[in-house]
Amino acid sequence: MSDVTAGAPGAARGQSLLAGSARTRARRAREWRMKAYGIAAIAISLATLFFMLATIVIDGAPAFRQATISFPVTVEAAIVDKAGTRDPAAMGKVTTIGYKRLLSQGFIAALEARGIDREGITDKDLTAMISDDAAARLRDRVLADPALVGQTIEVTAYATGRIDGYLKGRVTRESAARDSNVTPAQLDLADRLMAAGMLSLRFNWGFLTGPDASDLRPEAAGLGVAIIGSLYMMVLVAIFTVPVGVAASIYLEEFAPKNRLTDLIEVNISNLAAVPSIVFGILGLAIFINFMGLPQSSSLVGALVISLMTLPTIIIATRAAIRAVPPSIRDAAMGIGASKMQVVFHHVLPLAMPGIMTGTILGLASALGETAPLLLIGMVAFVTNFPAGPLEGGVMDPATALPVQVYSWASRSDPAFIERSSGAIIVLLVFLVIMNVAAILLRRRFERRW
Amino acid sequence: MNDMRLVERDVEQVTGKIEARGVQVHYGEKHALKDVDVTILDRTVTAFIGPSGCGKSTFLRCLNRMNDTVASARVEGRITLDGQDIHDPRIDPVQLRAKVGMVFQKPNPFPKSIHDNVAYGPRIHGLARGKAELDAIVETSLRKAALWDEVKDRLDAPGTGLSGGQQQRLCIARAIATSPEVLLMDEPCSALDPIATAQVEELIDELRAQFSVVIVTHSMQQAARVSQKTAFFHLGSLVEYGETGQIFTNPRDPRTEAYITGRIG
Repeated sequence: MSDVTAGAPGAARGQSLLAGSARTRARRAREWRMKAYGIAAIAISLATLFFMLATIVIDGAPAFRQATISFPVTVEAAIVDKAGTRDPAAMGKVTTIGYKRLLSQGFIAALEARGIDREGITDKDLTAMISDDAAARLRDRVLADPALVGQTIEVTAYATGRIDGYLKGRVTRESAARDSNVTPAQLDLADRLMAAGMLSLRFNWGFLTGPDASDLRPEAAGLGVAIIGSLYMMVLVAIFTVPVGVAASIYLEEFAPKNRLTDLIEVNISNLAAVPSIVFGILGLAIFINFMGLPQSSSLVGALVISLMTLPTIIIATRAAIRAVPPSIRDAAMGIGASKMQVVFHHVLPLAMPGIMTGTILGLASALGETAPLLLIGMVAFVTNFPAGPLEGGVMDPATALPVQVYSWASRSDPAFIERSSGAIIVLLVFLVIMNVAAILLRRRFERRW
Repeated sequence: MNDMRLVERDVEQVTGKIEARGVQVHYGEKHALKDVDVTILDRTVTAFIGPSGCGKSTFLRCLNRMNDTVASARVEGRITLDGQDIHDPRIDPVQLRAKVGMVFQKPNPFPKSIHDNVAYGPRIHGLARGKAELDAIVETSLRKAALWDEVKDRLDAPGTGLSGGQQQRLCIARAIATSPEVLLMDEPCSALDPIATAQVEELIDELRAQFSVVIVTHSMQQAARVSQKTAFFHLGSLVEYGETGQIFTNPRDPRTEAYITGRIG
């Protein structure tokens, strides 16, 4: 400022403090503009975030509710157990076609019993309102409990995707007229079933626990296999990356000599963090599946590939946390005669722990959303069997992962799958939020001042 | 300066504890310490004075090989503790540092309880058998550091919650808990107020009964108050080393005189 006043000493002197000088006004305006840019940037990001979340929730929330039809079904021994042995092995020979007939008979009988007008809808079209999935479920239920044979049991079956869509407003009479899978007459009947209390929207546990289903029965598709696959992978990734990442960081930060080799290693770790994930997928395909012969689509291979990707992130975060420990603490411990190991394990690591944990959890969270490498190792496969438990080698069984499930549903043609895809995104986001909250809580819990 | 006390100080018979001969330190290209010869006496307070960057802290850090941790530092020359070369490859710097304790410029207690701060050294060196013995060491160390009365009721409180002066005394207690033979203090009072400084100085005087204390200080008054021997460093060389009274009243080197009268530094 001195040079300015030196140029015009008189101008500054006589002025009242109450009247701002032109210079001050310009400065204030600059400050104000800067602040406005910042607020605008934040407002835009918040608006985008809100828009994104709102779209996903509006599209995905219906996936958690499912149209179900309830009616009594008589499990006729003449169809499901001709021999009359009640032996599940012998009854297993009856396919779902037989059970579908039972459902069909039960449904039509229920309509008659309640006096609901069919308005000339054929038996075939009536039965088509019930998901194909229902027959398989009934079969499983009867095989698990042969005592049901001969009894009349209450069945709660999924309605087909179109009826489900009608209840959620996705399918209208205009669209039904153009749709070969549903007729306006069926929709009218659906209205009457609703009024009679046979058809209703219920919370859909099957969406969270069930396996994926084929294109023909979107109503039965669930995230169970994907959630288990993602869970297996996260646990394995944590087991693989945390010890390796922390050990590598401690070595590089505390023990490694500073020379060309360690410089090279450092640069390469940073570079690895920037390698596109699909490249890791190719690497995993080549090494873990083609060379090492590990099973395709398994959570083990997925976890190995994602570990490779996550390691650099964890190493970078851990090194930053270790570096942030004040050198005075190291000096203090060294000054008392602590060895290098003792300095690291008694003082540096405990102080770096919150940072390490935050970095690790955030690394795992980004790994949870990783899709591209999993596509290459075959985790995009259509998997309807649950992997075995973790102790029974379930990590070697084919599985899929949440983001891959989103991808695979989003690419199917039936609009019911788009709804499920958004629903799966909600589940994925909930998992991510849980992990981020865990990171924040852990950091709060372990944070200490020095 | 009381002349009577200066004479008194000469009477004490002391032996050499640390001998440094021809010590040179390079930090990369920089020649930080040039050819220093010093004999530090047992049970004596030795003050290192000199302007900033003159190498006094560097030399202090040579005495317990803390410079080993600085990758760019290169130390030459011979330093012996009780006649043993501290750079002997057979000597573990960890053991050396247990014998030669250090207190730093900024109070740096561990983010642990007061008790654990003091107990850490004895614990890692296995000096205590059982909890009772460890507690006894903690108590005596805190008493010696004149902190016991202030913290005896809250040994489980974090050491970082103490005031600056208390923290520094805690660090001193931590350093003396391993019963070192030499205590190195790098400007221990620079972050303290005059009251805390007076407490620490009193403490240093008491510690002289058991330890050889080496203190780096920017305050010439402090050097005059607490030390028996004073070494004046300038631009990486040891300019003058002698009785504190002689350095302050009758310096031999014109540079020493210029510094203590405030003309350089």
